[in-house]
Amino acid sequence: MAEDNVNKAAEDKKEVSTDAADVKRKVEGNSAKLETFEYDNDIVRKFAIATLVFGIVGMLVGLTAALEFVFPEINAGIPYITFGRIRPLHTNAIIFAFVGNSIFTGVYYSMPRLLKTPMWSKKLSNFNFWGWQAIILAAAITLPLGFNSSKEYAELEWPIDIAIAVVWVAFGVNMFMTILNRRERHLYVAIWFYISTFLTVAMLHIVNNLELPVSAFKSYSIFAGVQDALVQWWYGHNAVAFFLTTPILGLMYYFVPKAANRPVYSYRLSIIHFWALIFIYIWAGPHHLLYTALPDWAQSLGTVFSIMLIFPSWGGMLNGLLTLRGAWDRVREDPVLKFFVVAITAYGMSTFEGPMLSTRSLNAIAHYTDWIPAHVHIGGLGWNGFMAFGMLYWLFPKMWGGKLWSTKMANAHFWIGTLGILFWALPMYWAGWTQASMWKQFTDEGILAYPNFLETVTQLAPMYGLRAIGGTLYLTGAILGVINLWKTAQKGSFIKTETAQAPALPKKYKKPKGEYWHRWIERRPVQFFILSLVAVVIGGVIEMVPTFLVKSNVPTIASVKPYTPLEIEGRDIYIREGCNNCHSQMIRPFRSEVVRYGDYSKAGEYVYDHPHLWGSKRTGPDLHRLGDKYPDSWHYRHMLDPELTSPGSIMPPYPWLFENDLDVSDTPDKIEAMQTLGVPYEEGYSQQAVNDLNRQAKEIASGLTEEGYEVAHDKEIIAMIAYLQRLGTDIKAQDQQNEE
Amino acid sequence: MSVIYLLIGISLLAALGFLAAFLWSIKTGQYEDDYTPGVRILFDDIKEKKTKNK
Repeated sequence: MAEDNVNKAAEDKKEVSTDAADVKRKVEGNSAKLETFEYDNDIVRKFAIATLVFGIVGMLVGLTAALEFVFPEINAGIPYITFGRIRPLHTNAIIFAFVGNSIFTGVYYSMPRLLKTPMWSKKLSNFNFWGWQAIILAAAITLPLGFNSSKEYAELEWPIDIAIAVVWVAFGVNMFMTILNRRERHLYVAIWFYISTFLTVAMLHIVNNLELPVSAFKSYSIFAGVQDALVQWWYGHNAVAFFLTTPILGLMYYFVPKAANRPVYSYRLSIIHFWALIFIYIWAGPHHLLYTALPDWAQSLGTVFSIMLIFPSWGGMLNGLLTLRGAWDRVREDPVLKFFVVAITAYGMSTFEGPMLSTRSLNAIAHYTDWIPAHVHIGGLGWNGFMAFGMLYWLFPKMWGGKLWSTKMANAHFWIGTLGILFWALPMYWAGWTQASMWKQFTDEGILAYPNFLETVTQLAPMYGLRAIGGTLYLTGAILGVINLWKTAQKGSFIKTETAQAPALPKKYKKPKGEYWHRWIERRPVQFFILSLVAVVIGGVIEMVPTFLVKSNVPTIASVKPYTPLEIEGRDIYIREGCNNCHSQMIRPFRSEVVRYGDYSKAGEYVYDHPHLWGSKRTGPDLHRLGDKYPDSWHYRHMLDPELTSPGSIMPPYPWLFENDLDVSDTPDKIEAMQTLGVPYEEGYSQQAVNDLNRQAKEIASGLTEEGYEVAHDKEIIAMIAYLQRLGTDIKAQDQQNEE
Repeated sequence: MSVIYLLIGISLLAALGFLAAFLWSIKTGQYEDDYTPGVRILFDDIKEKKTKNK
């Protein structure tokens, strides 16, 4: 009896499911209505033009920066174009303006076509466009002015950070609503890449830019020291991963098959490498902090994940290249494919180099040297730049209904650009190797072979020259590209909208009526499990994190004290001038570094550093133990003109620090902000901060006067000297006490 | 260093989100066919190619 029932139930079920399948076939098949709709090319054109404009601008800024290495005097005493200020301008312009706009170009073109529906909201698309360009404009104004939060690739100050979040979310909403309104049930792999890009960038941007505003354009990171460094490189590495890699892979999966008219080599591989890539990438950040004060286990975690990354990365590269199987003859003729092939090859090279550089032995050599900019530019010039240009060379003839104006010129662009990449990267690899060798070289007597850091700088002068030539070549190619695309557009006539047809997407699952709302999740044990886990994690994070954050502010080294008000002001000038772009504040525990700079850096020394200023490049020497190394007058002369103390130095002079009065109007607010972040100043200290500041400034000024340098105590240089003389001294004081 | 709990927490949230997306994609049959999607994108479903209006 019971058995019969079971059998009957099973039969019933079978019947029901066949019925459902029939219905599905009917709906999805002939009976579905064909709908007509329009793709909007106008928004694509806007982003494409912005890509070209900001590409040229970003490269020009980069070239200026490169020339400052060769001819430091071109700086001409202008504060706004010193390397420290235009380096963030260059990186932000290339990453967010050039590559960012190229991503939007490709996404706004490919996504509607992949989903067979126009973008959900034209208004949001336009808001995305104009908002993004406004942010770029704001960056172009504020960064040269020195409004700078010091975090690499996240230098923009808090009001702009908020604007970025708003515009980015608008983009995301538009994207998800488009996906929900799609007429193609299957989500092509490119869409997956776009989704992961949106989600992860939103998360990274918000967490890394958690900062406490002091004034309209000044804020302090809520994290300090080691914590701040870890968050920064969790962001920094994943900005590369989810802004410069995943969206471009999405574009690759659309535009390479389209341009070659071949399906992607393996759709299955694309799925596997997508999920593997996004899972592994997020953990790799600490490889930027090997041998620093970050705990070893976190460093090792970063290394392990970085090495694993080669598999999904190369999966993507091979899938891209092999898509051209059987079409290699066309690579000879079609400049679009030429650009794509070099781009994907460059991706393969830099994702091989990445895991290698993440091993401790190679990182010990390459970190802080010019090797790293070379590595980055293989990715930037090769992968991002050439993908963008290949895509634009394909898109312009499509959207303007014609042929490319000059294939010859596009080929010229390709070859000049490729030469440019080589001339950029090879000298910098050489320079990096030379630098590292000289830094580490000891004589037979056991002393540093090149004790004067300056020797290791002047040695590289020819390489810096070659690098500028490489940049010039690449820029020349890009200008040819702009002319060619402009002529292509002029020759054709713009197809503003394209009408397309597709059947509507049937609703697949019909919910039984009158069911209690919670039933749907009960049918789905896996989702239920995930949702409850999410709920638990949220609770845990919210409860635990503040506890940890507060606890972390307890200093672990008793002699490490908060900065004085004058030192804080000096530190803010250091940040404004972008000193951290050329000087690290992190001495690694190597004999060569300890002998050159002093005792290696410890985590406890940075507990009051909001934000951290560890830096990632040593164009100049490390500064963490600079304090008390030279007299005040040395710094005075060095900042006025580095040639006075260090002949041959490529550091720019900072004459304006001697003219500008120190602005102390925000000093009390700054102290209060630091107190809020947990820096233990006495209660009410902000009231006497300016008095203390003036007292310390007068001491330094009178000391300088005694040494024969007449200077008013209220100039910025005084604050700068105060900060530089404080660096790394807290622990020295402790050593002296121990000796006594 | 304790900030790593925040980072791990948030990273795990992201990872869980992607896991949910992954499970969704499998359950809705996104990967049942790994041949046609690659080919399908090569076709345009443009009705009239030239709707020129400048």
